[in-house]
Amino acid sequence: MIPSNYFFILSIILFVLGIIAFFVKRDLIGQLMGIEIMLNAANLAFLALAKASNFPEAQAIVLFVIVVAAAEAAVGLAIILLIFRRKKTIKTEDIRSMKG
Amino acid sequence: MKDIFWLIPFGPAISALVLVLFGHRLSRKVVSIQACAAVFFSFAVSVVSCLGLINANRADFPLIKHLFSWISAGSLKAGFSLQFDPLSAVMVLVVTGVGFLIHVYSIGYMSRDKGYARYFACLNLFTFAMLLLVLASNMILMFVGWEGVGLCSYLLIGFWFEKPAAAAAGKKAFIVNRIGDAGFILGVLFIVLVVGNSEFMAINEAIGNGGLARGTATGIAILLFIGAAGKSAQIPLYVWLPDAMEGPTPVSALIHAATMVTAGVYMVARMNLLYAFSGTAGQIVAVVGAVTAVYAATMALTQNDIKRVLAYSTISQLGYMFLGCGVGAYAAGIFHLYTHAFFKSLLFLAAGSVIHSLSGEQDMRKMGGLKKYLPRTYPAFLIGAIAIAGVPFLSGFYSKDAILTQAFAQGHYVLWALGLGAAVLTAFYMFRLIFLTFYGEERLDPEAKRHLHESPRIMTLPLAILAFFSITAGYVGLPAVLGEKADVFKRFLNPVIRPVSGGHLASGTEWLLILLSTTAALLGIVLAYALYLKNKRIPHAFVARFPGLYKLLYNKYYVDEIYDAVVVNPLVRCSEGIYGGFDLKVIDGSLDGSASAAALAGKILAYFQTGLLKDYALVFLLGVVIFMGVLLF
Repeated sequence: MIPSNYFFILSIILFVLGIIAFFVKRDLIGQLMGIEIMLNAANLAFLALAKASNFPEAQAIVLFVIVVAAAEAAVGLAIILLIFRRKKTIKTEDIRSMKG
Repeated sequence: MKDIFWLIPFGPAISALVLVLFGHRLSRKVVSIQACAAVFFSFAVSVVSCLGLINANRADFPLIKHLFSWISAGSLKAGFSLQFDPLSAVMVLVVTGVGFLIHVYSIGYMSRDKGYARYFACLNLFTFAMLLLVLASNMILMFVGWEGVGLCSYLLIGFWFEKPAAAAAGKKAFIVNRIGDAGFILGVLFIVLVVGNSEFMAINEAIGNGGLARGTATGIAILLFIGAAGKSAQIPLYVWLPDAMEGPTPVSALIHAATMVTAGVYMVARMNLLYAFSGTAGQIVAVVGAVTAVYAATMALTQNDIKRVLAYSTISQLGYMFLGCGVGAYAAGIFHLYTHAFFKSLLFLAAGSVIHSLSGEQDMRKMGGLKKYLPRTYPAFLIGAIAIAGVPFLSGFYSKDAILTQAFAQGHYVLWALGLGAAVLTAFYMFRLIFLTFYGEERLDPEAKRHLHESPRIMTLPLAILAFFSITAGYVGLPAVLGEKADVFKRFLNPVIRPVSGGHLASGTEWLLILLSTTAALLGIVLAYALYLKNKRIPHAFVARFPGLYKLLYNKYYVDEIYDAVVVNPLVRCSEGIYGGFDLKVIDGSLDGSASAAALAGKILAYFQTGLLKDYALVFLLGVVIFMGVLLF
């Protein structure tokens, strides 16, 4: 039996990796993947919590998160596709039309 | 049947509403028929009500129809209620009768105008407002009509608003009227304050039982007269009326000759108990009227615009009416109002016919010899001129003579002499106009001459009817010397207008006065004949001899210039100063300042909007970290 602390630590490591990926990657797809990693880190934390404190409802929340994350990924990818069509690039430093 | 008089104003009101909303979609034929039918409806109801009034028991006077309560604010109460008595009856008949003829005439005169429906909408609205004015049973409702006719006057003077002169004239009329209206409102408010009610019945009752001090009454009467002077173009507020001639000629006939400008006279006659009670106010009215009568007549002597001569003549005749009211002969004043409505609208419509046939020419120096070209307009014009000049057996003579006789009988000899002088001048300038327009050599523009034509029947028929009344209207008010019962008109008005005490003249004196006023009229005509037809060098010689006097008259005593210099320009300069010093600097400055402050804030904040996704994410992360830190520690 692996102690649930390990799961928390793994979840933190994954989350930090996601943040790093988000800031290091220069294209939108990479950043989206970073976000996905962060989401899954959160999912893992939920599951660890469910196990450690005998709180099985948290597992249901994870299911919801997976569903919403799938939708989010689909929408995100579609947006990225459209941005690419219009700007011929997905590099974030080239997409600055929101500059004030 | 006695009560149907309340329907009178509503025919034109409904018609005006329909024309305003749907007028542009209706054909010209429908517009003209509807507008005329609405006024004819009012006329028919007026005649029926008036016949009912003649047969009615005098104890019932006045008939009052309370339609609904309109204002009820503390002690100020005003109902939408109409009052019908002999004075209203006379006014209603004049307004609807003459108004109907002018509506019919307008069909011909305005036939090619593109604002046809707008014109008739305004004309109907005017008729409604005027009827409301003369039928109102309290001062406040009367004031609604008073302002309504002012508004329609403005709209119709500026009817051809693309002409700058017309737009300016409309504005001038409105502003000058506002000055008078300020006095009128104050007068009404004082009445409400003192009497506690603005119903005419209540006011008369308060005067009767001493609820009103003499000084207060004088103050109120003078304030009301300021309003009347504005509306009826008396000194010093007459300057708008000559300029008002920029409007279409039927409008000049209806509003600026026959009806609206007489509203002031009507109001003074309506408040006759107040003016009689005050005494001083009545004298002021009489003096202003007499001076205006002469003063305006002198200005009419040198004008070259056919309509302006008539405009000054209107001012002068209104002066007569006020003279009559001021000396206590209210019935005579109203009688002159009534005859004047016929012959002055006749003169205006005939002048309109001349202008129409000359393709819009108004300058008498470019007319002359038109008698043979305008066989139907000429006799109408001539009858109007004879009537206004005061030649016996036509209507103008009886009313003018009634006023002058009363002025003499009441002992106002100076005012009587002024009136007589004005009568000479009236006859003179009217026949100067006739001779310059219809006689002598032709001075027409070749272009106008090519299109020269007599006006269509629809225009000359109203002329014929008005000419008939210009001759006969006076026979309801024969001079007292012909018998006590001769003056039917005065006896009809008796329930409203308290007969003046005294003032009975020996019949010899009265005949002498009649002879004198007849002589005055004939003298004026003969003088005009001698100067403008027989020996045309005299006017030129006169101008050469007294260039100063001629220039003074020709430039209308420079009153417009004086008003400009004393009132208008200082006001304009003051406004410009405020505009430049306060409006532009303080108000605009503070607004501009707040706007530029917002712009500056935006510019500073825009530095944070780099457009780079990672910058935003970094700030977000930082925020989360700080938030977590606060939460945990």
